[in-house]
Amino acid sequence: MVGIVALTLLLVGAAALSLAVGSRSIPLGTVIDVLWSPDQSEASTIVHTLRVPRTALAIIVGIALGVAGALMQGHTRNPLAEPGLLGVQAGAAFAVVLAIYLLRVDDLAVYAWFSLLGAGIAAAFVFAIGSTRGGPDPVTLVLAGTAVSALLYSLAQGFVLRDQTTLDAYRFWAVGSTSGRDISIFWQVLPFIAVGLVLAAVNAPGLNLLQLGEDVARSLGMSPWRHKVLGVVVVMLLTGAATAACGPIAFLGLVVPHIARFFAGVDYRWVVPYAGLLGGLLMTLADVIGRLVVPPGELQVGIVMALVGGPVFILLVRRHRMVRI
Amino acid sequence: MSLLLDKPDAPLAQSVAHPRVRFGPVSFQVPVRAAVVSTLAAALLALLFCFDISRGEIDLPLNTVFSTLLGGGDSLSQFVVNELRLPQTGVAALVGIALGLSGALSQTFARNPLASPDILGISDGAAAAAVAVIVITGAGGWGAGSATGALLDVGVPMAALTGGLLAAALLYVLAWRRGIDGQRLVLIGIGLGAVLTALTQWLLVKARIQDAASAAVWLNGSLNARSWEHARPVIIALVVLVPVAFMLVHRLNVLQLGDDPARGLGLRLQTTQFLILLVVVVLAAVSVSAVGPLEFVAFVVPQVALRLTGGSRPPLLASMLLGGCLVVGADIIVRVVLPFTVPAGLVTAAIGAPYLIWLLVRTKRKVTA
Repeated sequence: MVGIVALTLLLVGAAALSLAVGSRSIPLGTVIDVLWSPDQSEASTIVHTLRVPRTALAIIVGIALGVAGALMQGHTRNPLAEPGLLGVQAGAAFAVVLAIYLLRVDDLAVYAWFSLLGAGIAAAFVFAIGSTRGGPDPVTLVLAGTAVSALLYSLAQGFVLRDQTTLDAYRFWAVGSTSGRDISIFWQVLPFIAVGLVLAAVNAPGLNLLQLGEDVARSLGMSPWRHKVLGVVVVMLLTGAATAACGPIAFLGLVVPHIARFFAGVDYRWVVPYAGLLGGLLMTLADVIGRLVVPPGELQVGIVMALVGGPVFILLVRRHRMVRI
Repeated sequence: MSLLLDKPDAPLAQSVAHPRVRFGPVSFQVPVRAAVVSTLAAALLALLFCFDISRGEIDLPLNTVFSTLLGGGDSLSQFVVNELRLPQTGVAALVGIALGLSGALSQTFARNPLASPDILGISDGAAAAAVAVIVITGAGGWGAGSATGALLDVGVPMAALTGGLLAAALLYVLAWRRGIDGQRLVLIGIGLGAVLTALTQWLLVKARIQDAASAAVWLNGSLNARSWEHARPVIIALVVLVPVAFMLVHRLNVLQLGDDPARGLGLRLQTTQFLILLVVVVLAAVSVSAVGPLEFVAFVVPQVALRLTGGSRPPLLASMLLGGCLVVGADIIVRVVLPFTVPAGLVTAAIGAPYLIWLLVRTKRKVTA
C-alpha cells in the first residue's frame, strides 16, 4: 500500500516536471498558476497546447501498457509475453501504413482511428486462431500472435519499401512518440483506456487462481474460459488505444510487469496496479528525458525508454532474485 | 543380424510412435514420424535447390542442373550454374539451415517458443552495427560518401558479424552471476536488444531519407547478389557447430525436465548451457552478417518442425532442413515469381506465418514448448 501511494506521488511529481521542462523551461509556480487560470501569456500557451496533451498522453499510455503487459504475462503464463503479441501493434502499424500509402493521410488523429481499427481486427483474428474449445490456449495464442504480427509487419514493410514518402511518414510514427499530439487524441483514446482499466481491475484477482493451472482454477469455482476471454479483450482495448495514441511502444509492456514483481511479489491484485503506475511513471520520465538530452531537438519517447530503461532493467535483473511466473 | 521390432508396451503411448530396433545387445528407438518428416524435408530442399538454380535469365532444365551440379554439363551450363546461381542459392540454403538449428536450440534452451535468437539481442547488435556503417559512411552521412561500393559491400557484413558477436559476448557477461540462468539470460537479452534496437531507430530517424531507405532494405534481409564471400563464414560455422549440436541432443532431452532435475540427473548444466548458447549465437551472427536479419525464420521453423514431427521439443535435423526449404523457397519467390523486388525477409515471414497459422488452426490442441 505504501508503495502504491509512493508511486502515485512520484507520478504526480513526474507529471509536474513534464509540464515545466522542455526547450523553454517554465518555473513550477507559473505552471501551476496558468494551469488553473489560463491567460494569454506565452507560458500559458505552451503549457496548454504543448505540455498538457503530451503529459496526459504519456501517463495514460504508460498506465495502459503497464497494465496490459501484466495481464498478458499472467494470462499466457509466459515471462516473455508482451501486449503487442496479440497482433495489436502490428495490426495498427499495417492500418497506418495503408492509410499513408493508399489514402495519403497526414493527420495523427486519423492515424489513431486507423490504428484502432487495425488493432481490433488483428487481435480478433489472433484470438480466433489461438482459441480452443477451452478458451484461449496460452501457447497457441502466443504463437498465433507472433505469426500474425510477423505477417502484418512484413506486409507493412512491403508497402513502406516501395514508397519513400510512406517510409518517411511511417518511420516517425513507428518509433513511438508523444510529441505533436493535441488534446483531442487524448479524449479520443481515453474512453477505451478507461473501460479497459475498469475491466482489468475486475480481471486481475482471478489471475492468481489461473496461475495454479486451469484444472485447479476450475475446481475452485472459476470459469477459466470467461476469465481469459475478458483478459484478452482488456489487453486488446488497452494496447490498441495506447498504440493509436503514441505509436507502437514495445519495451514498456514487457519490462514493467517484471519491475512490478520486484515490489509486489506474485499477487496479481498488487502486480497489476504497480505495473500501471510504474508504466505511467516510466513513460512520463522517458518523455521528459527525451526533451532534455538533445536540445533544441528531442529524442522520441520510444527510443529514450529503451535506451534508459534497458540498462536499468538489466541491472534489476542482475541484482535481484527473479520472481518466477 | 536380426532386426526385430518390439511390440510397444501397452500403457506407454509414447512407444507407439517410437518402435524399438534391436541389433543383438544394442537397442534404440526409431522416431518414425520425425524420420519421415526429415526425409521429406530433405527431398523438398533438394528439389527447391535445383529449381532455384534452374530459373533466371536463361532457364535450364532440371536434369541439366542436376548433372551440372554433379560435375557434368557443358561450359555454358557450368558457368550459369556454378558461377552465377549456385552462390546465391547456396547462401540461402546455408543460412536457412543455420537459422533453423539456432532457433531450435535456443527454444529448447529456454523452454519457451518465444525465445528465438532474435530475442536475445544478437541480430539487434548486428543490425545496429550494420546500420551505423550504412548511415555513417553512406552518401549523405558524416563520412560524405567516403566509403561506397566495394568497401560498403565488405564493411556491412563485417560490421554485422562483429556487432552480433559483441552483443552476444556482452549478453553472456551481463547474464553471468554464479552461473547462467535461462530466464535471466533471456530477460537480459531482451533489455540489451531493446537498447540496441533503440540505437538503430535513432540512427534511422537521424539519417537522410536515402540512407534510411537503404538501411531499411538491409534490415529486412536480402539474398540478392550473394557470393561465396558471404557463404564462407556460414559454412565454417556449420561445419564446426553442427556436430557439437548433435552431440548435445541427449543433454537437450534431459534439459527439457528443468534446470534442477537436469542437474540432479548428473548433467553438467553450465557447460551444456554454454555450448548451446555458443552454437545459437555464432550461427545467428554469421547468418545475419550474410543476408541481414531474416528474423522470422529462427522463430517459425522450429515451431513448424515441432508440429510436423510431434515430439516434445523442436527437432534439430527437421528444423535445419525446413529452414533451408523456407529460405530457398523465399529466394525462388523473390527472383522468379514476383515481378518487383522485395527483400527476402518479408517473403520468409509472408510464407512462414500463414503456414504456422494453418498448422495452429488444424491441430487446435495443446502442445508443450
